Amino acid sequence: MEILYSLEKSTLTIFLIGELDEFSAVNAKQKLDQIISDNKPQTILFDLSRLSFMDSTGIGVLIGRYKTAKALNGKVYVKNISRSIDKIFLMAGLYDIMPKISYKEQKNEIH
Amino acid sequence: MKYINQFSLSVDAKSINEGFVRSAVAAFCVQLNPTIEEIGDIKTAVSEAVTNSIVHGYKGKDGQIVVTVGLCEDGKTIEISVQDFGVGIPDVEQAMQTFFTTSPTDERSGMGFTVMEAFTDDLLVTSEVNKGTLVKMKKLLGANGNEIDNEQL
Repeated sequence: MEILYSLEKSTLTIFLIGELDEFSAVNAKQKLDQIISDNKPQTILFDLSRLSFMDSTGIGVLIGRYKTAKALNGKVYVKNISRSIDKIFLMAGLYDIMPKISYKEQKNEIH
Repeated sequence: MKYINQFSLSVDAKSINEGFVRSAVAAFCVQLNPTIEEIGDIKTAVSEAVTNSIVHGYKGKDGQIVVTVGLCEDGKTIEISVQDFGVGIPDVEQAMQTFFTTSPTDERSGMGFTVMEAFTDDLLVTSEVNKGTLVKMKKLLGANGNEIDNEQL
């Protein structure tokens, strides 16, 4: 999978592109931790519009990065979630720690 | 279980094969004209089962995973079996509990069986220590009303 990011003020938007599974998880973890510790953002926004697949291994990856962000006093949000990944998020209760945010809310709340 | 159409494959227990296995299973299911959501459910459930075999069954060591997909006689139910010949599960009931994991330090969510259960209509897990584990999942792909009868095959 590919990971791209952009930093605007103190908001780090991270684009997860491709498939997040057992195979891609190890590299994804390393890359994400690197990006987060390099930029030390106040807010992390995961844009999942181009994430075509995620299974429960992805839950572990995201919870782990949430912990990294929290240790730096950062907040985590997600946006543009597909229906099948939304089901996984709901099942795991992931929205409790990283709320889903719309474009409008993003403009109002984050910036 | 008698199938009216089926295929099976055997792959090395390597995580790089996960994408191939779930895509192959999904491609076989296309004959039933499933919805995008049903295909997503199948891919996710298969991925969970294969991950379990690689990570827990073989603990990252070499091994084989045999995947069989069968179209049941009703012409609309798919049965997927994922079998490994690894260490097995001593307590299946405990392993199937949500959030249960044998490796919490490894950022494992303990959600694998819960996802399989939620994304399919029927889940059966049989396991024997040092022999391996067999996961059987059934899913009805009737949402688009495309049934296949024996005459067509």
